[in-house]
Amino acid sequence: MNQERLYISLERLTPYSKEFLLGLYERMALIREFEEQVKYLFLAGSMPGTIHQCQGQEATAVGVCSALAPQDYITSTHRPHGHALAKGLTPLEILTELFGKGTGCCKGKGGSMHIGNMEKGMPPAIAIVAGGIPIATGMALANKMQKRQEVVACFFGDGATSEGAFHEGVNMGAIWNLPVIYVCENNFYGASTHVSKVTRKESVIDRASGYGIPGHTIEGNDVLAVYEATRQAAEECRKGRGPVLLELLTYRMTGHSRRDPCLYQPKEEREAWGRRDPIEVLGRGLVLRDDIQESDLERIRNKVNQEIMDAIEDARQEPEPTLADLTTDVYA
Amino acid sequence: MRLSIAEALRSAIAEEMRRDPAVFCLGEDIGVPGGWGGAFTVTLGLEKEFQDRMIDTPISENGFFGVATGAAILGMRPIVDVQYGDFLLCAMDQIHSNASMLRYMSGGAVKVPMVMRAPVGATGRGAQHARNTERFFVGAPGIKVVAPSTAYDAKGLLKAAVRDDNPVMIFEHKLLYGSKGARAETGTVDATSEIPDEDYVVPLGTAAIRRQGTQVTILAWLLMAHFSLTAAQQLETEGIDAEVVDVRSLSPFDYDTIGESVRKTGRVVIVEEGPKTGGIAAELAAGIMERFGDSLLAPIERVASPDIPAPFAPVLENAYRPSPQRICEAARRLL
Ligand SMILES: Cc1ncc(C[n+]2csc(CCOP(=O)(O)OP(=O)(O)O)c2C)c(N)n1
Ligand SMILES: [Mg+2]
Repeated sequence: MNQERLYISLERLTPYSKEFLLGLYERMALIREFEEQVKYLFLAGSMPGTIHQCQGQEATAVGVCSALAPQDYITSTHRPHGHALAKGLTPLEILTELFGKGTGCCKGKGGSMHIGNMEKGMPPAIAIVAGGIPIATGMALANKMQKRQEVVACFFGDGATSEGAFHEGVNMGAIWNLPVIYVCENNFYGASTHVSKVTRKESVIDRASGYGIPGHTIEGNDVLAVYEATRQAAEECRKGRGPVLLELLTYRMTGHSRRDPCLYQPKEEREAWGRRDPIEVLGRGLVLRDDIQESDLERIRNKVNQEIMDAIEDARQEPEPTLADLTTDVYA
Repeated sequence: MRLSIAEALRSAIAEEMRRDPAVFCLGEDIGVPGGWGGAFTVTLGLEKEFQDRMIDTPISENGFFGVATGAAILGMRPIVDVQYGDFLLCAMDQIHSNASMLRYMSGGAVKVPMVMRAPVGATGRGAQHARNTERFFVGAPGIKVVAPSTAYDAKGLLKAAVRDDNPVMIFEHKLLYGSKGARAETGTVDATSEIPDEDYVVPLGTAAIRRQGTQVTILAWLLMAHFSLTAAQQLETEGIDAEVVDVRSLSPFDYDTIGESVRKTGRVVIVEEGPKTGGIAAELAAGIMERFGDSLLAPIERVASPDIPAPFAPVLENAYRPSPQRICEAARRLL
């Protein structure tokens, strides 16, 4: 495995403004801090059920969502916290949901696996693997039929590509030229199962030609690469040349769920991906610029830490749902 | 030896695989070294002894339920696992259209000896990992359905299911497994049993009387069987003598055992986790009316969840899940 510490070169960073780049860094740092604090809270028993986190995959969420307009849409999965924060949901509205409070983004009725906020372009995350793919296709169909410019970015994992829903959803997007970006976050595992055990072709991108659509494999821990690929894909979609399949290579630096110790991930593999931690990949590049110092990055990390700690305190104060809420919201 | 349901199922699977080389397991994350043995540890470590017969699948439920059906037709005896009972709905077509009906459609020429295992129950995970999907299979002729509430039954019913020549669905409850370590579940209820060393089966199609009583029959399965026993203890302190029947076989129902109890008490409470409308309790109530209606002293009471998806917030989920208290209230109404 590659011993090099990956970074984004100065040359690639130069065309972008300091504000934009620090914005990417901040959003990724916010997601990391959110997930780390939520992990403590979950392990301490403050949150029920189970939890799927995205430490190590921040660049895919942030790279994709920062290339979208606020009115564009995403669909998400059982692992939605990063997608939601990247799409502009606040830590507070997500935390209140995770605590099961009545004021959470789904009024406490959804929970960790169903985070969403329609006003911010995110329907509730779909926790049935691949279940969101046909839904994203349908959202894109609605946009097209109503002659709206919005695109849909549809997140799913490598594991989802084995579901019939993947095939059916992508194929319909393809035959109707829909404005949807199918974003496969290939973290090489579906739960504990390595991708090589469930498909002969480890790369998902070969599927694109099967559906007659363009596809690109991207270094998913390089937030700028993800941003640029998504921006281009969104442009294609808006010109009526969708859909596009993006395969973002990344790695889950935490358990699949709950208290998973990840014994199925080889140590060397984990270490190699540790050298490609997406936040550091950007950070190592940023400090090569004259206008950004390590202290700027540290300030951001402290800021997001404070933001998350405050949000946790605020979320704790929020009210529980009442029993009167139990049977509402079933029908429109 | 005292075993949890997860351990009892594991030992049943191992013993059946040793006994019959046609038995094999199929499912997601069931035999990955360093993994969890399925979502709730049931198959943990079995890949060491049965390397070629613990088959990890892609996330393709409709596909691998079809694969199991095909293998069963040609002489294998698959045990298929879904991580959550909700994902049976992804496999619905293969189960309902093929596995359940091939025998009839072939005029009795084909048999489909497969076992399907599915964890159910609301456990703080939100609506898509919470459904009690038993109800969708009770009305599927050709499939047998069981739902063990103790480790003893889990082992005996699984063995009976493997040896049966029909598709058999086993529903297991997440709060009853007694999974250990990193996969332990909060809110777990003790369902451990003493497990005999020798081979045994619990016949499919049989209910079990868990508590003798004379005034009211409480019918329940899985977690609700435990809650009903708790309720019966409470009722006893109030001078109400309740009989608790663990329905255990959801298709077919054991109307002999159920009928005997109903004739004795003349009063029935049916408890079901899951929305009341269109549930299994409805079928059971109708079946009891048809058979034993003349011995009923009061209308049948159902205790079930409201007609809503399972909510996430603990306060709401606790109101969704029938409680011992609500079971007591129903029993009191009958007396
Ligand atoms: C239809 C369905 N089958 C199984 C599961 C259980 N499950 C949840 S996540 C997961 C693995 C998904 O892998 P992938 O799509 O690669 O996403 P990742 O977890 O790596 O983000 C599985 C098997 C599920 N939620 N839905
Ligand atoms: Mg994956």
